[in-house]
Amino acid sequence: MATNLKVNGKALNVEAAPGTPLLWVIRDELQLTGTKFGCGVAACGACTVHVNGEPTRSCQTFIEDVDGASVTTIEGLESKVAKAVQTAWVEKNVVQCGYCQSGQIMSAVGLLTENAKPSVEQIDEYMAGNVCRCATYQRIRAAVQRASEILEA
Amino acid sequence: MTMHTSRRGFLKGAAATAATAATVFTIGVNPQGALAAAADGGNFTPFVKIAPDGQVIAILKHFEMGEGTTTGLTTLIAEELGINLDDVDIEFAPSDNTRYKNLAFGMQGTGGSTAIFNSFQQYRQAGAAAREMLIGAAAAAWNVKASDLTLDNGLITGAGNSAPLGEFAAAAAKRPVPENLRLKDPSEFKLIGNPDTSRRDNVPKTTGTAQFAMDVHLDGQIVAVIKRSPRFGGTVKSVDAGAASKIAGFVNAVAMPTKTGVLVYAKNTWAAFQAREAIKVEWDFSKAENRSSEEIKATLLAAVDTDPEYNAKEGADLAATRTALDGAAKVIEQEFYLPYLAHAPMEPLTCTIEPTADGVVLHDGCQFPAGAHPALAAVLKLPPEKIRINTLYAGGSFGRRATMTADYHVEAAIAFAMSGGKRPVKLVWSREDDLSGGYYRPAYAHKVRVGLDARGRIVAWDHRIAGQSIFTGTAFAAAVVKNGIDRTSIEGVYDSLYDIPGQFVGLTNLQTPITPNWWRSVGHSQTAFVMESMMDMVAEAAGRDPLAYRLEYLNHGGKDQQRLAGVLKLAAEKAGWGTPPAKGRSRGIAVHKSFRSYVAQVVEISRNADGAVKIENVVCAVDCGIAVNPDIVKAQMEGGIGYGIGHAMRDEITFENGEVVQQNFPDYEPLRIGDIAAIETHIVPSAEAPTGVGEPGLPPSAPALANAIAVGGPRVTMLPMNKHGIAFA
Repeated sequence: MATNLKVNGKALNVEAAPGTPLLWVIRDELQLTGTKFGCGVAACGACTVHVNGEPTRSCQTFIEDVDGASVTTIEGLESKVAKAVQTAWVEKNVVQCGYCQSGQIMSAVGLLTENAKPSVEQIDEYMAGNVCRCATYQRIRAAVQRASEILEA
Repeated sequence: MTMHTSRRGFLKGAAATAATAATVFTIGVNPQGALAAAADGGNFTPFVKIAPDGQVIAILKHFEMGEGTTTGLTTLIAEELGINLDDVDIEFAPSDNTRYKNLAFGMQGTGGSTAIFNSFQQYRQAGAAAREMLIGAAAAAWNVKASDLTLDNGLITGAGNSAPLGEFAAAAAKRPVPENLRLKDPSEFKLIGNPDTSRRDNVPKTTGTAQFAMDVHLDGQIVAVIKRSPRFGGTVKSVDAGAASKIAGFVNAVAMPTKTGVLVYAKNTWAAFQAREAIKVEWDFSKAENRSSEEIKATLLAAVDTDPEYNAKEGADLAATRTALDGAAKVIEQEFYLPYLAHAPMEPLTCTIEPTADGVVLHDGCQFPAGAHPALAAVLKLPPEKIRINTLYAGGSFGRRATMTADYHVEAAIAFAMSGGKRPVKLVWSREDDLSGGYYRPAYAHKVRVGLDARGRIVAWDHRIAGQSIFTGTAFAAAVVKNGIDRTSIEGVYDSLYDIPGQFVGLTNLQTPITPNWWRSVGHSQTAFVMESMMDMVAEAAGRDPLAYRLEYLNHGGKDQQRLAGVLKLAAEKAGWGTPPAKGRSRGIAVHKSFRSYVAQVVEISRNADGAVKIENVVCAVDCGIAVNPDIVKAQMEGGIGYGIGHAMRDEITFENGEVVQQNFPDYEPLRIGDIAAIETHIVPSAEAPTGVGEPGLPPSAPALANAIAVGGPRVTMLPMNKHGIAFA
């Protein structure tokens, strides 16, 4: 089955069987490997991408459901919010192993796009679906707050 | 592959690397390219390269699983070389057990919180050697005295001259490696100890460009997954792959020669996962572990209630301990149980084997080249020199990527060999494989009886431990298991720094077909929980403050005890111990030495109207000698605390009729962002040589939480807490 979608601004025609997770199209076919496989059941958030601007777990998003959609992966981040988030992530030395961080950043960009000045409770609630086994959580919280400051400046 | 980790280097991109790779100069290698004389002493090994464009590249013998070695080792080189940290690119060392061995193990590999501990002198010397050789080359070119020149910020300056170090790279590489190097005095450090250091892996890991083993995609590669026996020790009886043939991309399926599973090949990962689901396998469980974890738990608890297999503390006298207990004014007796745990690194296990003209390349976030390399050679029947290892970033490990059997490397080698060895084979584990695939922190039971005299002083400590030894029967047994006693089963108890009179330690091994492994902080992951819970219970029974009581057992004046007492006092002071916590809150304290470092923590909790516990704050104090990168030390404490507390709160691996119950994260719920509201870490200033930080943050965390919960709440001695009466908000 052919699916038409835009990935990072580029129009693509993808040939994949219905039921194929968007994650594996992105990783194995398009070879955009910044989006990670962590659990396959939407329980860890490592595979988070933006579908029409909304943070979405690509491992539980099937290819037929993104026909006509615009998908952004970590490689395609360009917005002012995204740059602020990435800058804040570096400033706060958030990463450890780094494997979950693409997903963390995609979620954080989603949060700050929706709510430029989230409270700690709002950050914890919004980011609850993104697992970090290295437990970088308090730096993630601090970096989201820092990105919010950068955006305000 | 050189990784340009600075923004500038990153923009320069891979093209520059490719162009210069062939003509890189290696500092620390003599003109013939052979190792300098002191190779065995480990002082002058090729850890520094300089490209013709002047780019300095640090060669890292330790892989990066998040612990910060890419920053730490690079800091050591940059400090002595005289260059800004941001101006050094990094490259993981090839598999070479002579040049790149871990000086703590005598073989190449990362673990045991040793990366900075074993490299501190070696990497500084490598940087200093490069500095001396560059200055020597510049002095010769300028016809001035080397002693008149300095190297700072990458510039060689003096005697009226100044030039970037890169101008002398070619000439310097031809010079002999100096023997007597002057290393900086700590007062001269600019980078070591700098709290504002930016991690070298920040940029690739925030842009999605960091390459992990899961990201390897080679031309013509096929993906292999394994349908493993659902019970440990089970074997394949028959395979029916009929239903898989309908799946687009499925290649074939074949039972492994070990009969432990069925290899499923496909053109891509998703097809491989689907095909595996479709394949039907009949198993032989006659030699498998068929028990449930409840039976194993009962067996372990029974074992600590009877005479132990081994007297595990040299010089201990059970009869004397019994007599002292009989004569005690009060006896505190408690059983503990700590369940099986999986490591569950964020990146599921994976590696790729690529054929070359006469050998193979292993692409892997390779934690233990000294194990993986010979394992591949044995399975593939290749001479070791025909095997290369391309080390990539590893998405966490916590011990899992290094096993004593090199398990997933052996699997990949079998998968490669059985596919015909003509195309790259990428072995992929799913999260289900990861959680149900073994190599767990084994379960342990403890039973402790502590006798107190009328003044509340300890007079006897009878400590029984039962569990599966992780080293028995492995290639490393000779180093760790003595007379049947695996030191890692009892570490943290038999060698406790408390002055415990009349301590007896009994050990009973319970070996099972369930594969055990080291898990972040190894034996300390279970023993610290018991020791530090008991110390609180004993202090309570004695009617004493838990901090003051501990300090009384750490006062004989030795340096070890002083450092342990030091972190205890620092954590207590920073947490406001001694001033009552806010209404509705309580605090618990714990301290433990592991991997040569000393860590104390105070956990503060609150309870909501339903009594559910919320972790409000963790105050941590660490003494790890010189903190090379203080912010990374803090990050490792945060990580160790989160990992320790997260598992203690709600994780366990259990078995029903030998089959693992937990299949994916919803059943093995990881720590999440809202679980711990804040962590603050304080580092004890020190001039001692640096010691580990990757693991030592973990051991005190769970007992400190249990001790906080026990104030005005139940004493939890069976883990995980949420299965034993504790609700978390």
